[in-house]
Amino acid sequence: MTAGLRFDQMRLPAECEALRAEVRAFLAEEIAAGTFDPHRPGHGDAHNRAFSRRVGAKGWIGMTWPKKYGGGERSFLERYVVTEEFRVANAPVRLHFVADRQSGPVLIKYAPEHIKADILPRICRGELCFVIGMSEPGSGSDLFAARAKATKVDGGFRISGTKIWTSNAHIADYMLGLFRTSPPTRENRRHGLTQFLVDMKAPGITVNPVYQMSGQHDFNEVVFDDVFMTEDHVLGEIDGAWKQATSELAYERSGPERFLETFYVMIELIRALGPEPDLRGAEGLGRLVAQLHSLRRMSVSVAGMLHAGKEPVVEGSLVKDLGTLWEQKLPGRVRELTAFLAPEIGNRATLEEQLAFATMIAPKLTIQGGTTEILRGIIARGLGLR
Amino acid sequence: MAGASESIVAETAARIFADLADPQTVNRAKDDAWKATLWRAIEDAGLARAWVPDELGGSGAGIEDGFAVLGAAGRCALAAPLAETLLAGWLLARAGMTSPAGAMTVAPARPHDRILMAPDGTLSGRVGNIPFASFAQHIAILADGAAGPVVALVAASDGRVTAGRNVAGDASDSVAFDRVAPLRVAAAPVGLDRDALMLMGSVVRAVETAGALETVLTMSVAYANERVAFERPIGKFQAVQQNLARLAGEVAAALAAAGSAADTMAQADRVDDAVFLEAAAAKIRCAEAAQEGAAIAHQVFGAIGFTKEHVLHRFTLRMLAWRDDFGNESHWAAELGRRVARGGADAFWPLVASR
Repeated sequence: MTAGLRFDQMRLPAECEALRAEVRAFLAEEIAAGTFDPHRPGHGDAHNRAFSRRVGAKGWIGMTWPKKYGGGERSFLERYVVTEEFRVANAPVRLHFVADRQSGPVLIKYAPEHIKADILPRICRGELCFVIGMSEPGSGSDLFAARAKATKVDGGFRISGTKIWTSNAHIADYMLGLFRTSPPTRENRRHGLTQFLVDMKAPGITVNPVYQMSGQHDFNEVVFDDVFMTEDHVLGEIDGAWKQATSELAYERSGPERFLETFYVMIELIRALGPEPDLRGAEGLGRLVAQLHSLRRMSVSVAGMLHAGKEPVVEGSLVKDLGTLWEQKLPGRVRELTAFLAPEIGNRATLEEQLAFATMIAPKLTIQGGTTEILRGIIARGLGLR
Repeated sequence: MAGASESIVAETAARIFADLADPQTVNRAKDDAWKATLWRAIEDAGLARAWVPDELGGSGAGIEDGFAVLGAAGRCALAAPLAETLLAGWLLARAGMTSPAGAMTVAPARPHDRILMAPDGTLSGRVGNIPFASFAQHIAILADGAAGPVVALVAASDGRVTAGRNVAGDASDSVAFDRVAPLRVAAAPVGLDRDALMLMGSVVRAVETAGALETVLTMSVAYANERVAFERPIGKFQAVQQNLARLAGEVAAALAAAGSAADTMAQADRVDDAVFLEAAAAKIRCAEAAQEGAAIAHQVFGAIGFTKEHVLHRFTLRMLAWRDDFGNESHWAAELGRRVARGGADAFWPLVASR
């Protein structure tokens, strides 16, 4: 008998809807002021320091964190609403999003008090950008093959090696990175990695751009040449980082950003089909609507279970598996469903620009943050296989 | 909010189904004798009238509990007119009418079928895909009257029933009504029209399908851990694991969509855009999950799962058959697509986010 899947009924409470109205008004003002164009997701910078500071001033970064660190002590569900509204509007959140979603919570859990007091309020103000340093040229999905080393020296560690596919490293203030402090053991190949907080301005760090096939610059290679870090920058247990990884995963995997990444093409599809679509257009759109609605119901349910203190690890992974595949296939479906529409439909130019962009970024959606194959391995284990 | 497992009524139902409708036992049965025993137990426990309030002679368990019972029914691929009797009781109760004893079903069960009420109060029309009409003593009907929809109760023997079967072998009959005088009739309340009935029926089928998928997943995982090939359990092979993870995804989507829609129906008394989205999406997504899920499960089980002797088909064929009742997924997708298109691009995200 396997553990059953569970999706508790969850409706976002009234305070979330009041917040949603506030977020929409804020975004409408930003759009009106020309901060970003919601219809051109590939256009302009995905990060914007001034915008992130304004978001921070609203109290929408680190919303769930303790007030003493600058957080808002608001609910996980309220954060959910902010995240989905920003995503749907294609707002330029890149600067603060990683820190808000995962780096901050790791620091809250594992960093020493003086570091928390220093860094967390700055994240909340929208001043800091974080990068995740996990993959290496010889280590991607197989995280535990990491070789970049941290060697114990007087007063701290010296790190050497290379991290790659590090999104935002070129604009980041800090990295949360995994470095090898001991070799793996025979019994446990996951042993020997330690998580560190790395100041990206430290001497010895070189950031080299890796341009993506979409033309964007997001990825980088980060080379560490004997970079010194003080002892207090160790996060959690030395050699035991693998134990720290799993609990955050449900948060990271089940959010609205796991199925809304190409949502804009669906809006443009509705515009292109017009108020009276033919049968093919109507049925195709209806199925997409049903699939999206179901994904969001899964995702909100997981948020509700997390909020209630449960650990829906398999359910969270399923949201990412289904959600990323859906958002990846969406541009192709929209392309098919608009294939026979008149060439002169009003939003043709926007639709084509968006489809081109979504088509170029689609392949990464099932790779970043854990590939489909890795996720399914996790799901299979959760089901009682392996 | 109470989920399926917290409902006492659903626990009672699950116990009765385990004792009297165990899929393995039913699959081996030489005759249909088990059906009468099972139905008596369902009636005695008040399960079939969960959606009829106390004051109308039902057990008044509430919409939520009724859906929890249907989830349990789906988990054992129940082949009895429980969902249909529940739905008929709900339809009659919405019009303030009591329910008679015995099995019932509802008509119409296809979106384009119509039954007309003539000025003399008699009913005429032909309807197809009526589940369990040949087993039901009464049929609850939503008919078109001169002044709008009416709810009527007729004796099943007053209609001309042509027996048919769905792919699972359950009765799915055609019924012709030719100037049939109803036993009772009342005007439908505001908001209860054919779409409302079809959507309620669709959510019923979605909840049953999600239940069936839960069992299909449990069975498939257990089998993959047991069945040895190439000297190890097939569940150790990554290709099989990936398939089972995909199956789990379909089950998850079905559970989330059906659960959300059932919760919505429990709160709603008319069909607005949000209710339409919830109910139609549940039927569409659960039908897609049934199709995808059945294919994966059969692949995991291989040849044994394709035999009459094995219980897998009781689940897979039933959930495939349920796709066709109360409007199939293509019908609802086209309707939902039209509705969203009419609302326009700017209204779409606010609609999705309102749920």
